[in-house]
Amino acid sequence: MERFVIAILVENQPGILTRVASMFNRRGFNIDSLTVSETETHEYSRITISLTGDDGTCRQIIKQLKKLYNVKEVKVMDRQKSVFRELALIKLQNRPETRQEILSAVDIFRSKIVDFSPSTLCVEITGETSKIEAFIALVEPLGILEMCRTGVVAIERGCHYLNSETSL
Amino acid sequence: MILSGAEIVVETLIEQGCKTVFGYPGGQVINLYDALYTRSDRIQHILTAHEQGAAHAADGYARASGEVGVVIATSGPGATNLVTGIATAYLDSIPLIAITGNVPNSLIGKDSFQEVDITGVTLPITKHNFLVKSIDKLADTIREAFAIAKSGRPGPVLIDIPKDVQVATYPYQACPVVEKKLQKKAKGDKLSRAAQMIAECHKPYIYFGGGAVSADISKEITALADLIDAPIGCTMMGLSAVPVDHPRYLGMEGMHGHYASSVAQDEADLIITIGARFSDRATGNVAKYARKAKIIHIDTDGAELNKNVSVELGIECDVKDALQRLISLIDKTEHPDWMARIAELKAEEAVQFEKVTAKDRITPYALIQETAKHTAPDTPIVTDVGQHQMWVAQFYPFRNSRTFISSGGLGTMGFGLGAAVGAAKATGKRTVLFTGDGSFGMNLNELATVSAENVPVVIIIMNNHVLGMVRQWQTLFFQKHYSNTDLHDRKTDFVKLAEAFGIRGYRIHNLSELSGVMEKAFAEETPVLVDCAIYEDEFVLPMLPPGGCIEDIITERTDK
Repeated sequence: MERFVIAILVENQPGILTRVASMFNRRGFNIDSLTVSETETHEYSRITISLTGDDGTCRQIIKQLKKLYNVKEVKVMDRQKSVFRELALIKLQNRPETRQEILSAVDIFRSKIVDFSPSTLCVEITGETSKIEAFIALVEPLGILEMCRTGVVAIERGCHYLNSETSL
Repeated sequence: MILSGAEIVVETLIEQGCKTVFGYPGGQVINLYDALYTRSDRIQHILTAHEQGAAHAADGYARASGEVGVVIATSGPGATNLVTGIATAYLDSIPLIAITGNVPNSLIGKDSFQEVDITGVTLPITKHNFLVKSIDKLADTIREAFAIAKSGRPGPVLIDIPKDVQVATYPYQACPVVEKKLQKKAKGDKLSRAAQMIAECHKPYIYFGGGAVSADISKEITALADLIDAPIGCTMMGLSAVPVDHPRYLGMEGMHGHYASSVAQDEADLIITIGARFSDRATGNVAKYARKAKIIHIDTDGAELNKNVSVELGIECDVKDALQRLISLIDKTEHPDWMARIAELKAEEAVQFEKVTAKDRITPYALIQETAKHTAPDTPIVTDVGQHQMWVAQFYPFRNSRTFISSGGLGTMGFGLGAAVGAAKATGKRTVLFTGDGSFGMNLNELATVSAENVPVVIIIMNNHVLGMVRQWQTLFFQKHYSNTDLHDRKTDFVKLAEAFGIRGYRIHNLSELSGVMEKAFAEETPVLVDCAIYEDEFVLPMLPPGGCIEDIITERTDK
């Protein structure tokens, strides 16, 4: 079992996210995370899905995605040739006895405090999934009150584009 | 030309070559029906008894003709009644366009009267669907729907049109019939590899599915088989693409397939699969499927390659083009030992058949053979779903492609009567419907359509007063617990029922009446119903039990 990140360029139309998500559901593929947003052109949206599975599953997902009418491009993001990022907002208990520990963790992980109240503080952290998970593991004993993560987004390095019509 | 949305819909249908539509009117399609009314000289509308029947009719029309079938229904319940019909077409890759009306844009999302999110409902059972929110996209959306429905692996497309879009006006200009989208051609190196695998094999077996019907490749399949000296088998969906009297043809394989076909597939060292998808009904236990064989899979849908069965060589392509090119790459070869083994299997099958087929009563086999005496090679043969369907699949002597019309993937009981209406309308030919008392009971309301349209269909009910297929499973796997499969308490008199709908009905009680009644039934060009009593414990044999493999094949009853 391996983790894959698939980038999908879709027409920017209502209901398209449902079509993609419904296909995963119907075919019994599990999604670890999913993000969707506008792209450089209004015409397309970009969906990034991360999932765990074997090679065969991943290949089948790609083929099923390509069959969807509104899907323009599908690509598995190469581990070596792409940048992966995820953002998490983590609300922690703000106790005098753990505050210093939290602040140094924030410093070491190059994350930042985005909210501070007498009883809570909120950390914003970006990075690869592994970094975020390491941070979460570190602060978990200090009392996580609430947490949300964006899921992975990914882009290829250099002159590689998801949209095959794009070139320099 | 400035037209209303409703008029644009009908004009675009006509423009795209649609001559017959099936449907049922309602509040949100009144405008559409008005546009049909004023164009009835150019497009025919067949009113069915129920939207499900209309969907099956459009499906049957498409299966029999190869054209795109069109069905119209109103919003809400009209639209949801189409669902089984759309799913049936989806599972069998049938080009179908379903047009539904919906409440006006301003009322969408407000749980308005007869409002349903039909694009949401049909998402997983359509190739694609559209909600047309503004009239400027209406005509092009319909054209695109035709292109999607018939291109590549065909399938159903639903177009949902709110009432205000039907009422609004917009310029309309006729366009040519949309072309099928260009299909990928097979890569040369893959075909060379296939040719090499064929050259190296000793026991080739060609196996085709519904893709052979839709891609119209009957000739290519038999040419390939002759060239490489291989037997030919098929899935149920492939039936009729190769004539049953072709010397290389072994018939359907799979759960109720022919013995020779299933065993040959198991013994083969190379299986060339064309336009089939290795459904569980065709393969049985995939882990034990074709263990001795390498598999070449040629299909128009790349997502089918390695989906259910992993194959040595998968080729996503325009199937007809690929086969023609493959044939040109291959030298004629002979496999006398293999073909001798095939002959042996056929002989074994004939012995088994003799053993299990009764002579002293009306067997499904006798009934089907008697029917075949009255039909032509191009007679559409429609079935419902159950034992009778399997018997027709096993025994009817199909000769022309597109003459077997049956719900394969979804296995929709109640499919037959509507589909028969569609097939008869598409071909203008006398059509035969084989059905069972169970299946027929599901949608017999379409007798009203048959009667009103004077559809020349001969309805043959194999009446065993049980839900035979489930009963067979209960006999074999559930200690004869006949839970809810016994219909003897039903007092339905199908002959009187036919008469109530204005259709002539006949009854066959025993073997001596068989030929005389069939003679009479086929004498006239009007609709006829024949209620034929058959034995309640007649089995469909052979049978590969669900999840089983060739060693588990059941060739005779041992439970008695």
